[in-house]
Amino acid sequence: MTLSLLFYIISTLTIGSALLVVLNRNAVYSAVLLVFTFFNLSILYLLLEAYFLAVLEIIIYAGAIMVLFLFVIMLFNVGKEQVLPKIMSFQRAVSLFLLVIFFTGVSLFTIQGVQDLHQPAGSASIGNVTAIGEALFSKYLFPFEIASILLLVALIGTVYLAKRKI
Amino acid sequence: MDLSLYFTRQDLWGILPEIVLLVGALIILSIELFARSQRAAMLGVGILSLVIAGGFASKNFGSSFILFQGMVTLNDYSTFFDLLYMTAGIVTMVISYNYLERKGGETRGEYFALILFATMGMMLMTRGNDLVIIFLGMELLSLSLYVLVGFLRHDVFSNESAIKYLLLGAFATGFFLFGAVLVYGTTGTTNFQHIASAITNNEILSDTLLSLGIGLLLVGFAFKVALVPFHMWSPDVYQGAPTSVTAFLCTAPKAAGFGALLKVFLVAFPALHADWQDLLWALALLTMIVGNISALVQTNVKRMLAFSSVTHAGYLCIGILVLNEMGVSAILFYLLVYSVMNLGAFGIISLLEKEEKGVNFKDYEGLASKHPWLSASLALFMLSLAGFPPTAGFVAKYTLFSSAISEGYIWLIIIAILNTLVSVYYYVRLIVNMYMRTSEETLVPFLHPLLSVVIFILAISIMFFGVLPGWLIDTVTQAARIYT
Amino acid sequence: MVVPLEHVIILSGLLFSIGVMGVLFRRNVIIIFMSIELMLNAVNLALVGFSRYHNNVDGQVFVFLVMTLAAAEVSVGLAIIVALFRNRQTVNINEMNLMKN
Repeated sequence: MTLSLLFYIISTLTIGSALLVVLNRNAVYSAVLLVFTFFNLSILYLLLEAYFLAVLEIIIYAGAIMVLFLFVIMLFNVGKEQVLPKIMSFQRAVSLFLLVIFFTGVSLFTIQGVQDLHQPAGSASIGNVTAIGEALFSKYLFPFEIASILLLVALIGTVYLAKRKI
Repeated sequence: MDLSLYFTRQDLWGILPEIVLLVGALIILSIELFARSQRAAMLGVGILSLVIAGGFASKNFGSSFILFQGMVTLNDYSTFFDLLYMTAGIVTMVISYNYLERKGGETRGEYFALILFATMGMMLMTRGNDLVIIFLGMELLSLSLYVLVGFLRHDVFSNESAIKYLLLGAFATGFFLFGAVLVYGTTGTTNFQHIASAITNNEILSDTLLSLGIGLLLVGFAFKVALVPFHMWSPDVYQGAPTSVTAFLCTAPKAAGFGALLKVFLVAFPALHADWQDLLWALALLTMIVGNISALVQTNVKRMLAFSSVTHAGYLCIGILVLNEMGVSAILFYLLVYSVMNLGAFGIISLLEKEEKGVNFKDYEGLASKHPWLSASLALFMLSLAGFPPTAGFVAKYTLFSSAISEGYIWLIIIAILNTLVSVYYYVRLIVNMYMRTSEETLVPFLHPLLSVVIFILAISIMFFGVLPGWLIDTVTQAARIYT
Repeated sequence: MVVPLEHVIILSGLLFSIGVMGVLFRRNVIIIFMSIELMLNAVNLALVGFSRYHNNVDGQVFVFLVMTLAAAEVSVGLAIIVALFRNRQTVNINEMNLMKN
């Protein structure tokens, strides 16, 4: 009961900070708020018993990705945006419409409820490092290797594009 | 835990082409480390690794394997696509040989390595039998392409198209992923066969959510293959990217996108195809018409070809709508012919291009009198794109449209044929500029022997498949039969 | 599970929609990029929820791979932004209109 209350509180914080990320005029504030969102998400992962991912969320997103963002923002001093756009083009109106449809779909799912086909989990042994590690080196061996190539490509591309003299 | 269960000898043999490409890419990067600007060596290694990988891949013709516990399937369908990507990769490498230097850049090892990585990503997209593999392949391809599009680091056009491609590509990835997640969530698995059996046994959590998931997957794919209304990025990206990269971008990745989309619908959601017909019908119609009308008013040849490729994506959508053996084989045939035509057209454009000149319709005036052979082959590619007999473009359109007519989509085909007639205007306009107008200064092509040979082969194959398409049609029918 | 699955999915859908809104309405390339990160995180949250619900580890491995992709994409994306900023001194997407007819 306490845990589900915590879930709803953290959810509200997540949504609030995510909205502020999008609506904020200052890019630095947005970045810091995004870090806050990631911390909240990490707590949500803990509540959903995904312990390993909760740690990864902080290490990768808050620790690596957002630092990179902040670094670029500070480097170019592009924090402030003059005005928030007010014109709504046709294309954007259509996209917003589609977004509303999308969200209605998700809500419909809630109203209809879930057919109870699988019993909701009792014991949680899937969220720990052992389970994920075993899956990564057995069933997901091939995708795991592809992920390493993905990182290699990112490395090559980043060095080529961003280095001043090569 | 016994790891040998999860990585068998068969798995190793199956992914040998990927390993060859990886090793090739690493060798190219190492050449760069020891000897700078060894363009010929890097090109040689690149082409060699594609040829070897193609050799290993083509060994699988006629047999089929399931690798890594159902993560990857190898069969005629995937092998057909493997060879298509490798051909496109080889041609792109030859086109690029001294293109970047003319644009003020430098051909570096990263360029060839990234083409190899992109090829690997595309292979995974059509070999994959699991949403995870499709996702990773698509991203491996996209990441390589973002860098390739922005490869002219000092050129603002290249920068700008890279950033547009990156933002819209990443946006599309978000949609694709959310769709994949909803499919996983409702069926409890990411494996195509298991998804299909969950749907037929009605073991899904919620129909609404599954439909939403498939819809979002479709949006993700529509972005990647540039279907209207998700095509906004393609003209800007095609125009701003180095032309050698555009040649690659509008052929092989588009084939990979359609290949993966087809596979998803054929293997994972065959039971639900009927529910999506109206949407696909509308997508096909919109894509054909919008692409065509936008292409009419362009003055830049690259931009015109970008919109023309949007139109072609619309025609291909008709094949997905049909989705029987005839339809699928028609798509495979069309994709191959489309790739050959566009590689040829962009290849010629790239070798005529010099700094700011060579990409507008006006620049082509009087080309035919100075360079008859080059103009003749460019004209041939244009006629084939427009679908004139006896080129392969005609056969491709004919098989595609007749497959749709036999399923009763008469109105759609009438509109498609009208579109084809309209499209003649902008293709022939280039030919008219080359042959019937004169100008004091014409473009000077930068031909080197290898490139001439490649363009000659492409032109010959367009004629060959137009006159004697039988062998190729047999091959694609065999490949299409796997899933239909 | 501490809460019903629907609530997790609704939360994830909301986050995703906020991310999409950010991409559509903001003009600063860096903030657009952050919004895309938000979309990917919404995906991750849904995956964790479904994975917990089905009690299978596939979803969590998927999250692991999505995180890898996010890191790779961000590094390439910021490199492109750096290259662009060197030549143009702007991060406003509205000013990127060199290629209109």
